[in-house]
Amino acid sequence: MASQSDKRLVGPLGRARGLGSAKQGLHHWWAQRVSSVALVPLTLWFVFSAIHFHGADQATVHDWLRRPASAIMMSLLIVATFYHLALGVQVVIEDYVHREGVKLTSLLLAKGLIVLLAAAALFTVLRVAVGG
Amino acid sequence: MAEAAPPRRPRPLSPFLFPPTGTYRWQMTSSLSILHRATGVALGVGTLLLTWWLLALLGEPSDFAAVQDFIGSPIGLVLMVGWTFALFFHLGNGIRHLVWDTGHALTLPNVYRGGWMVIIFSIVLTVATWVAAFSFA
Repeated sequence: MASQSDKRLVGPLGRARGLGSAKQGLHHWWAQRVSSVALVPLTLWFVFSAIHFHGADQATVHDWLRRPASAIMMSLLIVATFYHLALGVQVVIEDYVHREGVKLTSLLLAKGLIVLLAAAALFTVLRVAVGG
Repeated sequence: MAEAAPPRRPRPLSPFLFPPTGTYRWQMTSSLSILHRATGVALGVGTLLLTWWLLALLGEPSDFAAVQDFIGSPIGLVLMVGWTFALFFHLGNGIRHLVWDTGHALTLPNVYRGGWMVIIFSIVLTVATWVAAFSFA
């Protein structure tokens, strides 16, 4: 005789995991909140710093970014910003692009560009902070 | 039974709701929600300038000066003020969302109160930032 769980087409393990056909739970939502909380102090720090660089020359900004505190904060800002951006852009694309092929292509292109920008920005900070 | 079915009237789609012809009235709640997404996308585009600005640190001093000149040009300043507002709006409204996520301020009066706070916050901080930026220059 079929039990309750057979009728629901979900096995006991699947029910315990509670993930359904999407195969994931609230990770995306939670990651978006965590990165947004991190970005509150980081963006305020960045605006406060950037105000001083209005019209500044390369040497001034370079010297500032070489300081460990600046390099650490800038690296964290870059990681949090591009992570938060990738999560946000994913939601926007999924909301408006419904054809599966176009959606997948858009997601890959957008995320690829974001990873590229993040790598370039992070490399610059490390190069300035560690190198000449 | 031989009679042809009367032509089916097309069902109304959502545009009949929207201004100027529709019955739908704009409200702050949906406007700020749309603005949150729009400012998020705008800030995403702004990361291109941030990355360009950083990469120019590795080039010649004139490369960096070119980026700074672009930022200081009329078009650059309009973009920068827009991005400053977008940043403060997305920041303030993001905090409003985080408060909602804790289950607080979800009554209609509080949702509107928070909305006005975010609008005032983003305008005041945008003005303050640019007053400060020109004072240091």
